[in-house]
Amino acid sequence: MAVIELDGVEKHFTVRKRARADTGAPAPPTGRAGRRARTVVRAVDGLTFSIEPGAIVGYLGPNGAGKSTTVKMLTGILVPSAGRIRVAGLDPSRDRVALARKVGVVFGQRTTLWWDLPLRDSFDLVRRLYRVEAPRYRRNLDRLVGLLELEDLLDTPVRQLSLGQRMRGDLAAALLHDPEIVYLDEPTIGLDVVSKAAVREFLESINRERGTTVLLTTHDLGDVERLCSRVMVIDHGRLAFDGDLAGLRSLVPSERVVVVDLAVPLPPLVVAGVRASRTDGPRQWFTVPAGGSLADLVAQIVAGHEVSDLTVEEPAIEDVVSLIYRRGARGG
Amino acid sequence: MAEASAKLADAMRAFGLLCWAWTRAAWQYPASLLLLTVGQALATTLDVLAIVVIFANTDELGGFSAAEVLFLYATTSTSFAIADTLMGTVERLGRHVRSGAFDVMLLRPVSALVQVAADTFSPRRLGKLVPALAALALSLNLLDTQWTAGRILMVPVMVICGTLIYCGIWVLGASYQFVAADAAEAMNVTTYGGNYVTQYPLTVFSSEWVRALTWVVPLAFVNWYPALYVFGRPDPHGYPAGMQFASPIAAVLALVAASFAWRAGVRHYRSTGS
Repeated sequence: MAVIELDGVEKHFTVRKRARADTGAPAPPTGRAGRRARTVVRAVDGLTFSIEPGAIVGYLGPNGAGKSTTVKMLTGILVPSAGRIRVAGLDPSRDRVALARKVGVVFGQRTTLWWDLPLRDSFDLVRRLYRVEAPRYRRNLDRLVGLLELEDLLDTPVRQLSLGQRMRGDLAAALLHDPEIVYLDEPTIGLDVVSKAAVREFLESINRERGTTVLLTTHDLGDVERLCSRVMVIDHGRLAFDGDLAGLRSLVPSERVVVVDLAVPLPPLVVAGVRASRTDGPRQWFTVPAGGSLADLVAQIVAGHEVSDLTVEEPAIEDVVSLIYRRGARGG
Repeated sequence: MAEASAKLADAMRAFGLLCWAWTRAAWQYPASLLLLTVGQALATTLDVLAIVVIFANTDELGGFSAAEVLFLYATTSTSFAIADTLMGTVERLGRHVRSGAFDVMLLRPVSALVQVAADTFSPRRLGKLVPALAALALSLNLLDTQWTAGRILMVPVMVICGTLIYCGIWVLGASYQFVAADAAEAMNVTTYGGNYVTQYPLTVFSSEWVRALTWVVPLAFVNWYPALYVFGRPDPHGYPAGMQFASPIAAVLALVAASFAWRAGVRHYRSTGS
């Protein structure tokens, strides 16, 4: 039984645009000058998918692709213009309050905590609003405080927390009521490496232990690689890819770049049939075409030269995503 | 019915919890809280002084005595103060919509209206209530009327109905902000403006005003019609005596309209970009 089901879901917004001479936008054909022209934007345009309980799904797409709109429909904040949604057996927009008890949400850019209250009081308010029984609350709080290292922060008002601290507080608040489903919107945005790792590890353990279903919206490929068994890519409100990460990569002719720091500056090397595409002092860049072997290249560089450092640059997720969409548009 | 009352109890519990949390947050700046409360109370007291000044120059206003005008003032002010305590901040809905805070409210298992109403609750909201109640007590003392059981009962009934009418108008106005996020000012005309108009006998205004306050924005039912019953006066504009008992109907109508408008607003809520 799928825990999240979408069937032909659409969301349209009517946007009023003022036709203005200085922007070069053409005046609406029927309207008078200065009249606002209405255009319908299809933020989500026919989404059909389902998610099984216990999955961690990465929900990717460029800005404005419809990710947040989807999450908002799944939580009942927005009412879909067409199609059918079931989450945990409920219709989100009709049973929003009942669904709220089964769902936890973390917005990376916005806190759900109370700004002026200490973290402890915020958690206590969450407990009362969600009606979590005292023993369960105590158990969950102890566990979350331990996992997220919140012990020293409990008496600090939320407004005084750093971004990373606040994010951990938000994560704890979203999980105090044992939700079946957690939506995370950019949970690692703006976090340092250590906090990112802590958040990812935490999500993994919660998913493993409680079987919590996680839907993760992110631009960070690291989040996806570490956590997601399944990746969905959305663009222009449509599903452009649905599969695992390897499948996502193999779909795209992705070039990888090997950056080598040699011990001494050398002229551009030619190794394993690949010529350095760029040099900068002792640093040289090698572009490996899609399907080419990295292992050969690296082995031969290291065998023939003294190397002080070596890194591999994967294509950015944004590039992968836009490539997929362009392919999708071309292929129909 | 049982389900509806359970929902109401739920909403009231959540309102209490949130108000308590906000009160504790307000306590972080106790001096500010104290000064704002006193300021609020002083501002309300000045209104009473205005009535005193008027009656220092004349014996009656629109055909009504000082005690009667004070009663009109006190009943509408009490209703307004209670409604302001309960629902006053719903006029900030537009701000919550723009900042995205309304999204967060919709994620919690509590009525969004309750959360908006309790938002940034501060005990200073009670600053208006104390002088209003004092004025009410004073006017009941001064009022020269035959205190029958019906008239005594009418006083709490009209205050409650008045509160509900103000709440209804507040929520109606707030619902309009789902469409136009900057409509708070337009709404203040009917709430704060309405409070001001109903502080005086409607005989000082033209009959168009009375018609508008009866049929368009039902503020005349907050205090004017039931007060005529308490005073034992015939209606100066010739409306039937039944109007004097119609405040509960007006209150129910205002609440039903508000409830429809709010639901429609939430269903058409568009959220913000991110």
